Amino acid sequence: MFPSAFSYVAPNTLDETYELLEQYGDDAKVLAGGQSLLPMMKLRLAAPGMLVDIGQVPHLATQHESPDALRIGALTRHAILDSKQFDRYPLLSQTAPWIADPLVRNRGTMGGSLAHADPAADWGATLLALKASVQLASHERQRLVALHDFFVDVYTTALEPQELLTEIIVPAPLADSLVFGHYFKLERKVGDFAVVGVAVTASLTDDGTVSEAGIGLAAMGSIPLAAKKAAALLIGHRLTPELIKEVAQVAAQEGDPQSDRRGSEEYKRSMVRVYVQRGLAQIHQEWQVANQSIA
Amino acid sequence: MAMEATESRPLGKAIKRKEDPRFIRRQGRYLDDIVLPGMLYMALARSPYAHARIKNIRLDEAYKVLGVKAILTGADLEKMNLSWMPTLAGDRQMVLATGKVLFQYQEVAAVVAETRAAAEDAVQRIEVDYQPLDAVVDPYAAMKPDAPLLREDREQKDNHIFHWEVGDREGTENTLASSPIVVKEFIRMPRVHPAPVEPCGCIADYQKSTGKMTWYVTSQAPHAHRTVLAMVSGLPEHMIHVISPDIGGGFGNKVPVYPGYVCSIVLSLQLGRPVKWIETRTENIATTNFARDYHMTAEIGATEEGIVTGLKVITIADHGAFDAAADPSKFPAGLFSIVTGSYNFPIAFAEVDGVYTNKAPGGVAYRCSFRVTEASFLIERVMNTLALRLNLDPVELRRRNFIQPDQFPYQSPLGWTYDSGNYDLTLDKALELVGYEKLREEQAERRARGELVGIGISTFTEIVGAGPSNTFDILGIKMFDSCEIRIHPTGKAIARLGARHQGQGHETTFAQVIAEELGLTTADVLIEEGDTDTAPYGLGTYASRSTPTAGGAAALAARRIRQKAIQIAAHLLEVSADDVEWNGEKFVTKGLESRGVGMGEVALAAYTNLPQGMEPGLEATYYYDPPNLTFPNGAYIAVVSIDRGTGQVAVERFVAVDDCGTVINPMVVDGQIHGGLTEGFGIAFMQEIAFDEDGNNLAPNFMEYLVPTAVEAPHWETGRTVTPSPHHPIGAKGVGESPNVGSPAAFVNAVVDALSPYGVTNLEIPLFPWKVWNVLREHGLTL
Amino acid sequence: MEHRNANESSLVTVVINGETRQAMTEPRTLLAYFIRENLGMTGTHVGCDTTSCGACTVLMDGVPVKSCTVLAVQADHHALMTVEGLESIGGLHPLQQAFWDNHGLQCGFCTPGMLMTSTALLRDHPEPTETEVRHAISGNLCRCTGYVNIVKAIVNASQKMASEPAEV
Repeated sequence: MFPSAFSYVAPNTLDETYELLEQYGDDAKVLAGGQSLLPMMKLRLAAPGMLVDIGQVPHLATQHESPDALRIGALTRHAILDSKQFDRYPLLSQTAPWIADPLVRNRGTMGGSLAHADPAADWGATLLALKASVQLASHERQRLVALHDFFVDVYTTALEPQELLTEIIVPAPLADSLVFGHYFKLERKVGDFAVVGVAVTASLTDDGTVSEAGIGLAAMGSIPLAAKKAAALLIGHRLTPELIKEVAQVAAQEGDPQSDRRGSEEYKRSMVRVYVQRGLAQIHQEWQVANQSIA
Repeated sequence: MAMEATESRPLGKAIKRKEDPRFIRRQGRYLDDIVLPGMLYMALARSPYAHARIKNIRLDEAYKVLGVKAILTGADLEKMNLSWMPTLAGDRQMVLATGKVLFQYQEVAAVVAETRAAAEDAVQRIEVDYQPLDAVVDPYAAMKPDAPLLREDREQKDNHIFHWEVGDREGTENTLASSPIVVKEFIRMPRVHPAPVEPCGCIADYQKSTGKMTWYVTSQAPHAHRTVLAMVSGLPEHMIHVISPDIGGGFGNKVPVYPGYVCSIVLSLQLGRPVKWIETRTENIATTNFARDYHMTAEIGATEEGIVTGLKVITIADHGAFDAAADPSKFPAGLFSIVTGSYNFPIAFAEVDGVYTNKAPGGVAYRCSFRVTEASFLIERVMNTLALRLNLDPVELRRRNFIQPDQFPYQSPLGWTYDSGNYDLTLDKALELVGYEKLREEQAERRARGELVGIGISTFTEIVGAGPSNTFDILGIKMFDSCEIRIHPTGKAIARLGARHQGQGHETTFAQVIAEELGLTTADVLIEEGDTDTAPYGLGTYASRSTPTAGGAAALAARRIRQKAIQIAAHLLEVSADDVEWNGEKFVTKGLESRGVGMGEVALAAYTNLPQGMEPGLEATYYYDPPNLTFPNGAYIAVVSIDRGTGQVAVERFVAVDDCGTVINPMVVDGQIHGGLTEGFGIAFMQEIAFDEDGNNLAPNFMEYLVPTAVEAPHWETGRTVTPSPHHPIGAKGVGESPNVGSPAAFVNAVVDALSPYGVTNLEIPLFPWKVWNVLREHGLTL
Repeated sequence: MEHRNANESSLVTVVINGETRQAMTEPRTLLAYFIRENLGMTGTHVGCDTTSCGACTVLMDGVPVKSCTVLAVQADHHALMTVEGLESIGGLHPLQQAFWDNHGLQCGFCTPGMLMTSTALLRDHPEPTETEVRHAISGNLCRCTGYVNIVKAIVNASQKMASEPAEV
């Protein structure tokens, strides 16, 4: 199928982009990787009058690691995070191979995915677990918005029509800890959106105490979610089987999943429980191996 | 390793496919690759409702779109008496809706424009006022007396289409009543769709100057389509030229005639320009014929020793809004009566009631010989239940009930004469390949550790190759098939067949058959199909019928060539024809092998040096009407484990041993098996067209209609036994569908086996993880 | 700043299989159709409208992408490679040969996409395992082969290419 007719503009700078967004407002849609937007346009579920292709704006596809954060350009393609390892952010490369399929990962971008705000998208869960923020920019202002404030509703974010998501900022883990991360996705086939997605990350000190932790959930509500209560229970404790079980149970109660063709509410909650449990158990095991090799 | 096409005596060899060079070099010519001068594009407006009255259609805005040439509605077609068309099942189907729509995505108007985009733009601007009506989605609800009447056009004022039954009802009921063991199971085969990667499409090209209609169409049955078109349109049949170009997969999807085809033909007739219509994926899945949607209840009677005594099957068939099933005319439930399978049932009874619902019409034989998948799935599943009931190994239960080799030709209680088989031998081979005894030991060990591991068996028998023509016809046309061979003076040949391959490899395998018969190489024989102006009449390729019918015709046409050739050979050898024989490679003088001539020399002589009075040339045509169907069979074993946390099923191993009689090309046969098993896997675990209560299609694209990728598709281990068909000219049976017919039950039996210690006997497909998890939860097995 | 109006055709220039080609097209034209209809190269196929099937896979700047989900105007001044570019004067590409030798295709409709995806795979990972191959082609649907012989063909091609590096 073919999209409805639209005008196309490809700005060369951020300033030009802001100008266009201001000028065209709601009628314009930003085209990043296009892997969600173009299919919707082909099915004529979306019909913007103007596409602003930011593909020619420089520096939007870079990744910059500093001691206190990893700054990921909005146009960073999923495949980059699949192939490039950022050692202090293992959850990113654990998540990337689960996104869509390999061909879609070659085009789709992290910023585009977040701005699309599908509640089942994988980056949302992972970046919430990592307590990431996004940089939103327009002519008028630059603002840093924590990801948990960014997602508003299904396909709806805090982005104003004149704003562009330029960068994702992931804070660095504590320096004196080992950091681990795993992403679990229940999908019905490659390319499927998550039935349930669970991102688990934790930093463990020398004696195995959790110093930092995050749990993100995909497809467990109208927006990607952070299981904050569950993650908080981990802080300051070792990963005992009892604690893992308790945390998993608490995580399963965070979120508000709907019963649908992909499973009942009860099923989805149980999947969160199972995956959080598996993720934390795996982290504990990896920590033991790492600790032994250090010793 | 595969062999070159220049190999001599090619039958049974893994000859590399002759069609491949054009496909790997982008020179395939699929329908959408064809561009004709002045060609227009068509798009269809479709109903958003499953059941609604059409109050009004407004076209003004649509006509304003630049490039729109014409818009067709049901009212326009009504004037031409074309708003309805006959279906292959003897029902009729709306081409463009008049009065009301009966399924979501039903065709309401056709737009033709200079570009595809303009046609789609105009479709969006067609305004239709609908008055929504209550939709009937459940076939059981459709049969209730107070159900809304769907088909107001019929005299019969309910939603019942047909009742069909076979066998001895009373005798079977009595047998079941007196059998010490009776198991009963409800088995549902949900609605699925073949979904080849290339959707359906056509170009109708009517030349007003010559009066000739050239119709390029993704057709598995071009001759039948030509005849149907002649009957529907009134165009003289010799002025219709159907060309079925390379086809990107069919699996039954490209057998019926669809409303879009008719609209493009009408528009081309009106405008005198070529009109192309290519389905979108949504149109393909949501409107062209589905498969299955069979709701079956079966009872098997047995002795305490596990000898089956009788089988009774009651079925409700959901045909959607129109009965557009692609079955032979006398078989409204296809060949469902193969349901007694590989087992020696003394008595049986089966009945099928077809009903209308507010869903897309169908169904086709999706990689299946007319409802054989439903039948095989049913019997293999319920035999599993019987084994559980008797606490008997499913292998042992099957052995006790197999039809024995000395019983062939075997007369089944539901009317078929099975040609050949050696079921124990095939099963033995599968058991050996999988290491059955050891596997059962490992299963016991793993079960003791709390793992859920299952082994599933399916020992199915298929029925493929319709005709014979005294039983089988489609719209009255007998189901034979044909081959015409011409040998050129230099000993090379062209052969044309009435079949139409869609990836099965006919250009290689039929060349092998003919080359074998004529002492040529596969490279020497060019196979052509899909052009009705050149190929002899045939009924096409579906239901695994090509090798049993057209393949037989190829061998017999070649033998007819040999009948003449032997006369020419005798002339060349200067002996009497009685003193000449064919030694498999050439004609030789009896008792003097060294004195011989090959087909090349004979061919040249046929044009240059004939015996006195002989008609020149070397050609033959054969219309082969098979004396019986063929009955391929197989033994499949699946090994699965279940993740107790998520309900996900992993297929750890799958062994498939098939017996399709004589093998023409083992590489091609294995390829067919791999593909069919993967579709069977999809049907068992992923593929389903579901609807909500309003009749909205919930899986109209590849995001929701889930077909396996290389990651989900299991590894397949294949094996083979060869029990030739005694009546087929080269002993071959069909094979393309066996794996799809036989495998779903093996998967489900394996999952049931994993859960059987907890009392589970039945599970409904597709086995989505959540469904399995629900069962785990019910039995306290979740983590 | 590049600006193209709705419903108006403008020039798109691509270097496709090493050759510079130009055509006028609307902003909404999808790259797959630009290649097929504007440039007349029909090896690239279209099998769905939800970016699911991968029959339309081409290499854009060396990266395999689904050309039904890229706008032709986005490819302006980019390098493309399609199945038409695989064959060299010397003959078939090792992958084409391996697909033929191993019965890696049946109806042939998904084959061009499979070939393009695997071309990029073998360039980046010359010795993939079977599992890696299966993951790499998981954005390309095939309904005929059950993938067995496609995987075999790709592994086979990788071995041949390793032993005959001159051909790569």
